[in-house]
Amino acid sequence: MTAFEVAREAYREALPALSASLVGGLLAGVVLGGMREELQAVSGLLVLVPALLATRGNVYSSLGARIATALHQGLIEPRVRGGDPRLRSAIAGSIANGLLASAFAATAAYIVLWSLSASPAPLATLVGIAVLAGLFSGVTLSAVVVLAVFAGYRRGYNPDTLVGPLVTTTGDVFGIAFLLLAVRIVLALGGG
Amino acid sequence: MPTEWSFRAITRAIVPVLTVLTLVELGSGFVLGSFETTLLRYPALLVLVPATIGMAGNLGSVLAARLSTAFHLGTLSFSPTDDTLAGNAFATVGLALTVFPVVGAGAWALTALTAEAGLGLPTVVLVATASGAVLSVLAVAVTVVATYAAYRFELDPDDVVIPVVTNVCDVLGVLVLFGIVQIVV
Repeated sequence: MTAFEVAREAYREALPALSASLVGGLLAGVVLGGMREELQAVSGLLVLVPALLATRGNVYSSLGARIATALHQGLIEPRVRGGDPRLRSAIAGSIANGLLASAFAATAAYIVLWSLSASPAPLATLVGIAVLAGLFSGVTLSAVVVLAVFAGYRRGYNPDTLVGPLVTTTGDVFGIAFLLLAVRIVLALGGG
Repeated sequence: MPTEWSFRAITRAIVPVLTVLTLVELGSGFVLGSFETTLLRYPALLVLVPATIGMAGNLGSVLAARLSTAFHLGTLSFSPTDDTLAGNAFATVGLALTVFPVVGAGAWALTALTAEAGLGLPTVVLVATASGAVLSVLAVAVTVVATYAAYRFELDPDDVVIPVVTNVCDVLGVLVLFGIVQIVV
């Protein structure tokens, strides 16, 4: 193949996935744009946004890749009911690691902002928001990844190509939406 | 050989990588925090943030996945005249120039529906398109270097290159957006 043919094929193959991620990114952006009051109320929250979104992508695309590989190898059956104990421990492990990374991000951001005397919101507020948002989006994204990979596999799609765009798109939208929900809950409970 | 499917094995495999990646992403968070006032004044730019980060990571990960596969199939050589390399690099720039103007126009339109955009449509489209053009070139460079490094250190590019490229491109997304906003707005 000439370079031109390679380029045309690569362009055609990637455009649908990028378009899906465009829609997801803009939806997430609209929610973030509507969060200006909360961003001003909780100093340091904006600093957390990239780390929290990336955690969703990293943890749940790893879960999706793991499930996809296991399906290819026949290690697990594409059924949710009568759940495989290995599947359950993989999901529990992913959610726990997502929570750990979220709490770590909030603590590290607080320490850096505090040492720069940038007066961040209290540590408990930032960690509370990060963990709560991590829990909500973790449960939702696990369900989305497992159900979509199983459904795709049973219909004959390669789960490997499904996982990437699915996780980045739903991860951004749910990540920001649940961040907003978590901020509202923590602020209502008197943090901030 | 896949990692064992126990809670402890999964945690042990993922926590070190996750810690490093979280620190890298926090770096881009601090850049974002440093121009928070500008972002809050012009909501259209705030709307651009997740889309720009996501698209930069996706451009990198699509290219990384394609180069990894070509590498496994033995159809890739690391030379600027290699057709697979050049074709994929061109496609990445072309994809960015297709998608980012739409991101800019979409961000402006969605902001105009809900609040004061603060900036005109041409400015937002220019910010998005210029960011996309710079990012696509950077994404190609990062992906080629990471794939080449994986090849030299005999690592499986599927395991290493995609997470590294996605996260590095996320950070570059924020840095480039910051730079372009400083110049244009």
